Amino acid sequence: MSAVRTVLAEDGVLLREGLAGMLERFGFAVVAAVGDADALVGAVEQHAPDLVVTDIRMPPTFTDEGLRAAVALRRDHPDLAVVALSQFVQHAYAADLIGSGGGRGVGYLLKDRVVDVAEFVGTLRRIVDGATVVDPEVVRRLLRRRRDPVARLSTRERDVLGLIAEGHSNSAIARRLFLSEAAVGKHVGNVLAKLDLPPAADSNRRVLAVLTYLRSEAGEAPPGGSDARPRSEL
Amino acid sequence: MPAPPTVLHALGRRRFLIGAWPWRAIAYLASTVPVGVAASLPFAVLGLPWLVLFDRAVHGEWRTWSDLLLVPIGVLLLGTLGPLVAVPLADVERARLRLADTRPARSGHRTPPTDGMWSWLRTRYTEAATWRALAYALLLLAVAPLVYGALLLVVVLDVAWLSAPAVVHDGPVTLGLGTVSTRREAVPYALAGLALLPGLPYLAGLVAGLHAAVARALLRAPDDAELRAELVEVARSRARLVDAFEAERRRIERDLHDGAQQRLVSLTLQLGMARVHLADDAEAGVAVADAHEQAKRLMAELRELVHGIHPQLLTELGLPDALRELADRAPIPVTVRAPLTVRPAPPVESTAYFVAAEALTNVAKHSGATTATVIAERRADTLVLEVRDDGHGGADPGQGTGLTGLADRVAVVGGRILLSSPDGGPTRLRVELPWSGE
Repeated sequence: MSAVRTVLAEDGVLLREGLAGMLERFGFAVVAAVGDADALVGAVEQHAPDLVVTDIRMPPTFTDEGLRAAVALRRDHPDLAVVALSQFVQHAYAADLIGSGGGRGVGYLLKDRVVDVAEFVGTLRRIVDGATVVDPEVVRRLLRRRRDPVARLSTRERDVLGLIAEGHSNSAIARRLFLSEAAVGKHVGNVLAKLDLPPAADSNRRVLAVLTYLRSEAGEAPPGGSDARPRSEL
Repeated sequence: MPAPPTVLHALGRRRFLIGAWPWRAIAYLASTVPVGVAASLPFAVLGLPWLVLFDRAVHGEWRTWSDLLLVPIGVLLLGTLGPLVAVPLADVERARLRLADTRPARSGHRTPPTDGMWSWLRTRYTEAATWRALAYALLLLAVAPLVYGALLLVVVLDVAWLSAPAVVHDGPVTLGLGTVSTRREAVPYALAGLALLPGLPYLAGLVAGLHAAVARALLRAPDDAELRAELVEVARSRARLVDAFEAERRRIERDLHDGAQQRLVSLTLQLGMARVHLADDAEAGVAVADAHEQAKRLMAELRELVHGIHPQLLTELGLPDALRELADRAPIPVTVRAPLTVRPAPPVESTAYFVAAEALTNVAKHSGATTATVIAERRADTLVLEVRDDGHGGADPGQGTGLTGLADRVAVVGGRILLSSPDGGPTRLRVELPWSGE
């Protein structure tokens, strides 16, 4: 198997060097390591890599240029695997990224994951192979927000939901939970049914459906009462 | 008994004559003369039209009604150029006032907003203190000569009476109330002069005291204005402090993020790589694995610390996202509704954020609530932030819940906090902040 040709974008020099070194050591070929979004797009045009790993927050504005570049790259290169690293959990970012492009491998991970080297590298490989991965923390937080239908899920089903959202295939879920694939298939079916989600085998579509569902409460407060005035003043 | 603050107060004391006050009064009166003379020169020029008119009227040389034009011309001259003389005169007079009045007398003038002639002029011509100074100058030139003249007359008369026996042999002397031509006739006058002598310091004290009282009334900032100005200054300096504090927090956050945090992540990454290559059961492998775990914990701790100093998320993405993130961290489900399309002023934004953070901490710690709601919305020019919970209520701002500190923060940006927390709940904390921060 030939090395995965990778373009790396991260504005912190130290971390960029560290990441490049790590990827090289694990058999990735880092063809370019750049420090901002424009350079990232340029490097992709020039090298046509298999994988892009980019920080979301980069110069000049230090907001979401990395993410916007990633979404644009996914649109222009549907076969390009893209991983965005985020400083903090941003559901909207995750959804934008997962929803972009042609459903090939894509990942939204918290930046701190990179220090769990073996796991991080494994995740990258899964993404290169076409999986869709959302950081477990994103899922955990979204799950905590939901009460109603999620509450109807059994503990086992909830574990399965978490692993679906992280982009694992049925066979991978089976391995992790020490279940048979048939049992996992049944659990997955139950989860999707309970949450009114369309059945889908494609990990990307599954993840997107789960994400969309988890975000869909849209933070609506119960109506009424907002005009009543609090009584005492400090 | 405290020392008298002014000549007028000292007049009532028994020891007036043997203290310093008579001399101070005399010094005050004497120094009025050169000041008055110096001020009269420019005002004589400014008042020239009136003087001409007065002169003509007195001498019956009233020719035409057009002469009356001199009146508004005089007013115009005094109104435009008078303050330029009156303002420095007022400075001199405030300094001289210390002779007769030990109380501090601050000028009521405002500080011009910017440097430069134009700014100074605009400030001076639009404040009451300037025109009160002009009024004082006119009084000084019109009334003071009469009063001081009368006082001088009394002094001269007394001296004449006292010296009458000595000078009478040169011929008859006129002593105001009569004429004496012999020593015997002069003696009663001398005795009367002697009796009058101790009265002179009192008289001087009275005139100096009245003059000083008028000066103080016209040339000093009134108490409430002083207080108001000080309050405004205090409020401004408080806001400046908060801004500086905020900027400093941002700087520290950035420094930590760009420095220590980056290094730590990179170090942890190195340890993680070493760990991969060392078997976990070898001694070195155990040590490295342990170091790696510690470094990871340190990373998390440092991130929390930096977040507490200044939430990066707030700076980058604004209040709604930052509030959602706060809600995510809370131990109970928190619903956020923040339909804000534009961002409020940074100090307002961070105040709202810290209020919400503190409120949610309180909810988790004290309220026993199972759910909470955070609402941030704009109403006209106000940012309204409300945190509600379904807990048991009874929140008391006096219980050191951090609410008092929040109230201070809110007050700095000109907002207010309202709390409603009846026993049995629900608790509602509401903050109203000016959208633009002032």
